[in-house]
Amino acid sequence: MLPENQKWWHGIRSKSFLLKIALPIIIIISWVILSALIDNEFILPSIVSVLIVLSKPFADILGSGSLVGNALVSLGRVLIGFAVAAVLAIPLGIGMARNAKVHDFFDSTIQVFRPIPPLAWVPLALAWFRIGLLSMVFIIAIGAFFPILLNTLDGVKSIKKTWIEAAHTLGAKERQVLAKVILPGAAPTIWTGLRVGFGIAWMCVVAAEMMPGTNSGIGYLIITSYNWGQVQVIIAGIIVIGLIGLGIDYLFKIVERKKFMWRELDR
Amino acid sequence: MTLVVENLSKEFELRDVSSPALVSINLEVQDKEFTCVLGPSGCGKTTLLRIIAGLEQPTSGKVIIGGEVVTEPTPRLAMIFQDYSLFPWRTVLDNIAFGLEMKGIDEIERHRVASRYLDLIGLCGFGKNYPYELSGGMRQRVAVARALAIDPSVLLMDEPFGALDAQTRNMLQKQLLEIWDKTKKTILFVTHSVDEAVFMADRIVVLTSRPGTIKEVVTIDLPRPRDRTSQDFASVRRYVLGLIDEQLPIQ
Repeated sequence: MLPENQKWWHGIRSKSFLLKIALPIIIIISWVILSALIDNEFILPSIVSVLIVLSKPFADILGSGSLVGNALVSLGRVLIGFAVAAVLAIPLGIGMARNAKVHDFFDSTIQVFRPIPPLAWVPLALAWFRIGLLSMVFIIAIGAFFPILLNTLDGVKSIKKTWIEAAHTLGAKERQVLAKVILPGAAPTIWTGLRVGFGIAWMCVVAAEMMPGTNSGIGYLIITSYNWGQVQVIIAGIIVIGLIGLGIDYLFKIVERKKFMWRELDR
Repeated sequence: MTLVVENLSKEFELRDVSSPALVSINLEVQDKEFTCVLGPSGCGKTTLLRIIAGLEQPTSGKVIIGGEVVTEPTPRLAMIFQDYSLFPWRTVLDNIAFGLEMKGIDEIERHRVASRYLDLIGLCGFGKNYPYELSGGMRQRVAVARALAIDPSVLLMDEPFGALDAQTRNMLQKQLLEIWDKTKKTILFVTHSVDEAVFMADRIVVLTSRPGTIKEVVTIDLPRPRDRTSQDFASVRRYVLGLIDEQLPIQ
């Protein structure tokens, strides 16, 4: 038997749960009141019309595809851009953390590029790659690159020196130290970088899809709905973006809890 | 396998000023011998051990194991660190099997060998646990098993029990002597505790304070198991303590 305070319903009864759902309830009530007062579907549609859109996630909207269909297209683009960023950032981060020369060679350039918001690259992306998958992947990859890089750097640097020395005295060669000590030792921090990077990539894709000439994706659906004055679709799209972002972040956290518990517990 | 330290010196560069840490250390550790290196903190005893392990280079002189000069870490010399340095993402069994995995031994075989060492340290049943689930004393025993699993000739131990409470420390000292008795490894054990050195060692190498030189090598021929409360123990202890006290600056 679990103690009383660990049973599942305890979470629902507790005061902190009430506190957590208070603001969303206030927002929904305000929405209902405001939309009734404004009474203009082109400014603030009623909650019901948004729910109607959300209740048909597979239905075609304005000839631009469904909510789910477009969300999947966006997700596909994010995965490609995110993978490109990870493949570049993780090895670079390990190299910079392990070798002072590599660090000094890249560091100043990275410091210059890091503060540039990914969307500032949009015009250049259009000029270089035209409208299409390549320019979107470029922007997403730039967005995800820096958090992955910086966390990898941090994770590898924070590895205990005696782990590496112990591995050497136990007969590990350089490559084995990398695969069996540095990578697993830095993995929790790298994972955090991937989680943050994915969040930024998800923000970037929606913005990149609003570029003129795009013809699919959740960002495209939203901007098209704007052009048609379909505000309830805009809000439904925003909710879908939020839910997908939340869901993926949750998946990252589950893996973190299952695989990297040792970081919290190891004293 | 005999371990020889020949005329070894080490200097550290600090802001372009070199300061000697160890000066002309000569030492011969016989096969299966238990030797303690004893000295005040900062005397360079850890540095000496790290050089012997091949983790640092001497400024001059050399370390020879079985006729070969040590220039880098070798599985002949296994090192045990004060902070255990177990890999927290690996189970206890996979920690012990680490060295065997590096040699490319397949999983079934290395788990079989690792289980044997798990038995030896009295932790069978803990193989699937993670290091963070164990107490400090248990972790240090796992570190000993991990070192033994690669079948080294010499165990180098750097104040391995320094972070433990007195009771655990005494218990681990006894267990280490049992393990030493069963495996007949050569052990070079660094400590700043006179009591620990007199309890464990065949010979105690007493270092002076920085820069470290060998002040005296004391042979302890008290029979084992040694009784901390006996008169003989006390007199040896007093003698070694005297060697250390002589070097403390007079206030």
